[in-house]
Amino acid sequence: VLLVLIGLAAGFFSALFGVGGGIVIVPLLLLLAHFLQRPAMATSLAAIGIIAVAGTISYGFHGELKPGAAAIVGIPGAIGAIAGTALQQRLANRTLSLLFALLLFGIGLKLLV
Amino acid sequence: MWTIVLVVAIGLLAGVLAGLFGVGGGILFVPTLTLGLGLTQLHAEATSLLAIIPTVVAGTWRQQRYGNVRWRSALILGLAAIAGVEGGVQLAESLPQATLRRLFGALMLVVAAQVAFRTLHQDGRTGKARTASTLGAAKSAPPE
Repeated sequence: VLLVLIGLAAGFFSALFGVGGGIVIVPLLLLLAHFLQRPAMATSLAAIGIIAVAGTISYGFHGELKPGAAAIVGIPGAIGAIAGTALQQRLANRTLSLLFALLLFGIGLKLLV
Repeated sequence: MWTIVLVVAIGLLAGVLAGLFGVGGGILFVPTLTLGLGLTQLHAEATSLLAIIPTVVAGTWRQQRYGNVRWRSALILGLAAIAGVEGGVQLAESLPQATLRRLFGALMLVVAAQVAFRTLHQDGRTGKARTASTLGAAKSAPPE
């Protein structure tokens, strides 16, 4: 039930503000569902995959996709993600949390101004 | 030419953030697509979702091998989020956007503080032993 609520909140806020669902899912998994950092972040990533597939299909029907442009950022994105997950395994939970808090803080500030 | 190099570099950075923190990367993809490649906001948001797919597949594949993915939770979160998107789209048209945006920004700052505060107050408990046992338990869980 908690996970359903977190998922609903993530989808809701990402539609309203165009922020990725992960920015909502990860802190809620950490604070409410008491996930540890790495499982929270990995599980969020998998959930975003499901959201992105659904979103792509729905936009695809409207013909708003630019596959070439998607490849230019998405393929480097995939390589970066492999590096990012490797880096994540080497960082302490504490460091990871603090860096993530910093990222949230930056996004919060950006939305605020 | 340099624009493409820059776009590729930002794509790479977005991927690192995605892998590192479990966020999608859309936060960097969307502005890159509009400013760098000249897409409209609507096309950029749609295309960003498509670009997130390879990023997330690569990240999740690695995380699966590290034993960190909880598939059942991910499925519940993902499906609920799709329902949430529908609700958000409906509401987005009837509510004052700027106010909501600021409120959400403020909420984000509170959450950031909360995450930082919790982390600083549990150093003793999330030591090496607990991390190791969690990883071990996760590895024995069945894939998918």
